[in-house]
Amino acid sequence: MAKQSVVPFGPQHPVLPEPVHLDLVLEDEVVVKAVPSIGFIHRGLEKLVETKDFKEYVYIAERVCGICSFGHGMGYCQCLEDIMHVEIPPRAKYLRTIWMEMSRVHSHLLWLGLLADALGFESLFMQSWRLREKILDMFDATTGGRVIFSVNCVGGVLKDMDDTMLKTIVDTVNDMEKELRPIAEAFLHNYTVGTRLYGLGVLSAEHAQMMGAVGPTARASGVSYDARELGSAAYGDLDFEPIISKEGDSLARCDVRIREIFQSFDLIRQAAAKIPQGPIAVPVKGNPNGEHFLQFEQPRGEAIYYIKANGTRFIDRFRLRTPTTSNIPAMLEMLKGCQLADVALLILTIDPCISCTER
Amino acid sequence: MADLKLAKSPWMLHYDGSSCNGCDIEVLACTTPKYDIERFGIINTGDPFQADILLITGGVNFQNEQVIKQLYTQMPDPKVVVAVGICACTGGVFKDCYNIKGGIDTVIPVDVYVPGCAARPQSIIDGVVRALQILQQKREAYAASHKHGKA
Repeated sequence: MAKQSVVPFGPQHPVLPEPVHLDLVLEDEVVVKAVPSIGFIHRGLEKLVETKDFKEYVYIAERVCGICSFGHGMGYCQCLEDIMHVEIPPRAKYLRTIWMEMSRVHSHLLWLGLLADALGFESLFMQSWRLREKILDMFDATTGGRVIFSVNCVGGVLKDMDDTMLKTIVDTVNDMEKELRPIAEAFLHNYTVGTRLYGLGVLSAEHAQMMGAVGPTARASGVSYDARELGSAAYGDLDFEPIISKEGDSLARCDVRIREIFQSFDLIRQAAAKIPQGPIAVPVKGNPNGEHFLQFEQPRGEAIYYIKANGTRFIDRFRLRTPTTSNIPAMLEMLKGCQLADVALLILTIDPCISCTER
Repeated sequence: MADLKLAKSPWMLHYDGSSCNGCDIEVLACTTPKYDIERFGIINTGDPFQADILLITGGVNFQNEQVIKQLYTQMPDPKVVVAVGICACTGGVFKDCYNIKGGIDTVIPVDVYVPGCAARPQSIIDGVVRALQILQQKREAYAASHKHGKA
């Protein structure tokens, strides 16, 4: 047996945009075990709910993570609306759905860029991020922010989109769809990308379920589960199927995310066509009392929100289980048996969002 | 002579303190075609030993304090620090959190403060351009002090 050595990985690493630390136990070049340690971005946001007004906390919930910011604001508001038995107007549901799908496009394009960067494929990184800027411009035009939007409130949304804006969004999405095709081709059929991704870090369906993987990571292994099917916001009215792949390797995870971008384009078009007229928010009176669990599909997978309120302005407990938390055990499983040089790439393939995980 | 050449090609190191990712992705967006910070000769590097500008997003918490100090000491003199986003400047919305110590200047000296939540790419570029001027001044001062045989 080869001699074992321990190599520290992170927290600051050229490939990782966010700090996470792993102790890699190696036998020659092969990883036999990976021990994660987290906490470099822990802020203690869940505790802050006890000292902030529940309506004010929406802005902090958004800042759990800058990539999934819309989703966290929306999940927190939906959870409170369920506790307070507030039925939000249909137009608000559709607007939330459109913004959520735009967030998914922006998050997946961001990930594709980071993946290309990790492969050393600089021009593909630039192309993905150039395309992503178009969706950010749409966010800028509709909400006034590029990454933090502050458009959710308990009882609906704060900003409306008029028909011209909706048409512009649909036109942009159509343009992006055309431009994404050659980029998708480069990711899925390029020889260089293929040699790095094909057969790397295979996660079987049984393992994915056993380790509690969620989102594209699980769907790439053939687990057909998408929390959007539960019908939150306007997803119940829209026509879509969870996107799955059978292989479970890194290329499959890339493939699932690319196809999800096309699916999001389609969902945006469907929602823009079906959106009803009407108010965008209802007034919310009183304070929440009770507790509630909410499952909600973020770009990275299923997130779970739990709120326990006591009838005052301040909430007792807010708990958030983020998709990356569920995906880390699966990632550690993938790392076993891989080469040291592939570690950074494998960490990226679960699309880690450390800021969400540590809050 | 070496100093003159270096002035046009500073290397940038980015570290995510305890930010929400918002400013991080905006820093990365600065390096991509639309904003293209590389036109100032800047390369985004991952290696503190070769970096001249340290961009930090997010505040300091009790676990990453040592990491930030270490990165700062690993960088060669002269160097500039840019605090990107309101969290890096003062702690921002996270100021009241139990694990947040405050802005970056509670741990290392900061030269340029870039406000905003999240800081927009335009203001990040503005901050970096100001940092370049400060870096140039520091280099001249550094060169002058070394010419006369001072340590």
